[in-house]
Amino acid sequence: MTEYAEKRAVISGAGQSDVGRRLHRDPLDLTLDACVAAIDDAGLTTADIDGIATYPGPMDTPPGFSGSGVVDVQDALRLNLNWYTGGLDLPGQLGSVIDACLAVACDLATHVLCFRSVYEGSAQGEGGRAAVMPGGGGRGSFRAGSFMQWVLPFAAPSAATWIAMFAQRHFHEFGTTEEQLAQIALNARRNAGLNPKAIYRDPMTMDDYLAARMISTPLRLYDCDVPCDGGTAVIVSRADTVADLRKPPIQVEAVGTAIHGRPSWDQFDDLTTMACRDAGAQLWTRTDLKPSDVQLAEMYDGFSFITMAWLEAMGFCGRGESGPFVEGGQRIALDGELPLNTNGGQLSAGRLHGYGFLHEACVQLWGEAGDRQVPGGPEVGVAAAGGGPLAGVLLLTQRR
Amino acid sequence: MSDHEVPFRILPRVIDLNRHFWTGGEDGELRFLRCQDDGTYVHPPSPRCPNCLGKNVSPEDVSGRATVVTYSINHQQWMPGPEVPYVVAIVEIVEQEGVRLTTNIVNCDVHAVRIGMPVRVVFEEHADGDERVWIPLFEPMKTDGEQ
Ligand SMILES: [Zn+2]
Repeated sequence: MTEYAEKRAVISGAGQSDVGRRLHRDPLDLTLDACVAAIDDAGLTTADIDGIATYPGPMDTPPGFSGSGVVDVQDALRLNLNWYTGGLDLPGQLGSVIDACLAVACDLATHVLCFRSVYEGSAQGEGGRAAVMPGGGGRGSFRAGSFMQWVLPFAAPSAATWIAMFAQRHFHEFGTTEEQLAQIALNARRNAGLNPKAIYRDPMTMDDYLAARMISTPLRLYDCDVPCDGGTAVIVSRADTVADLRKPPIQVEAVGTAIHGRPSWDQFDDLTTMACRDAGAQLWTRTDLKPSDVQLAEMYDGFSFITMAWLEAMGFCGRGESGPFVEGGQRIALDGELPLNTNGGQLSAGRLHGYGFLHEACVQLWGEAGDRQVPGGPEVGVAAAGGGPLAGVLLLTQRR
Repeated sequence: MSDHEVPFRILPRVIDLNRHFWTGGEDGELRFLRCQDDGTYVHPPSPRCPNCLGKNVSPEDVSGRATVVTYSINHQQWMPGPEVPYVVAIVEIVEQEGVRLTTNIVNCDVHAVRIGMPVRVVFEEHADGDERVWIPLFEPMKTDGEQ
């Protein structure tokens, strides 16, 4: 098999700030806590870091969506950079980490600090999600352009409604049920109970799930992730630097970044799946490993249905079969055949926006997950992020 | 629509490229750019036909008939707007597969909406300063005997 470039990249460290519903701390403070922890975790110093990759770069709106950009972090840590990138037009939030893998693979950088931070919890204040809706909740002279003109005039400002329509179509074509979808949320909550940093840790039953208020059919409250404050960082290093590192690095085995349909929430060719369909298929062309080799999956759950789409996209089950796959929840539990979103995901641990999945995959592969550690010393994991037209995924290995 | 108060809506930023779409309602017509060389409807509007890459695209009326591809009954009041619950749907125009609009299904019970349901356009007029725009919403096709 071709020696694909990403195999020259490893993840050498990971770090995370405090995570909370509303911390009311300066977002750069959270970002730097994560970055410094990740650098330290790798056994490196700021003098070793010569690259930065981040998503989405500095943005004032929507409030809380971006805690810091490249410039903020480079200057705060006085880094000398050989390469950097920060932006929104990427294959999902982890597209920035995949860019870092490519940068080290072609020797533009040696150790890249990758980060993502949010303060959506504090930014919402007491105003709820309406306070951070595009267009400022309709106040003032805002007029919708670009994609937003096709949804905002129809009172559909939230991805909750857009994703709900994908779920509804999946229910229609494949007979997927609310009780099956619920397993994504129930599994997340079960795992969050073992994660001291998770935001929602109280046990949740199927009755609790079904009794929660409807947001946008078929998505209920617990199908929607919880906005929070926090920062996450990982270090991507060139594989031949392993001697400089504090602990055995995690190998980047393969990545997926493709989107072959139209890059749109409502014009995509198949409304039962998303860009993840193409990114997932691409990933498996770049490795000898198979879906059955994967021992844990940390896959985006900004809304529960997105995880269902990722399960199918990654070939863990067939097209349209994610409902039966998660039925009952045993298969995706910590002691099941495919432990899923082992820290509670964004649904219960907090919307760290993509990077939380990669952080958790690394922690699990290093055997550092404490009470929620997947048993048996897992060696192969998936970290996937993005919904709708956004999708990026990494296959990771930690051979002992 | 006349028996309902027109709800607040965030309005689109009308530019040359999309004006036909947002103002067609003045004539009661749903309009899309269409390639005059190969007949491809182009949506969202683009200066070039995605099929032949030609620039010979201009607005044309369509029938206003469409099919519900998927929908959601939205219960959350995200911002000032229609009274909840309301239906957000993706509809596909009958003229060309894959040309879709996100819209609201109106003038029917929210629980009556189904995937595959035939619908037709109705326009909601909004003043925007000195300009006006017409938001294309959809209602169920009336069966024989009704109205
Ligand atoms: Zn053409």
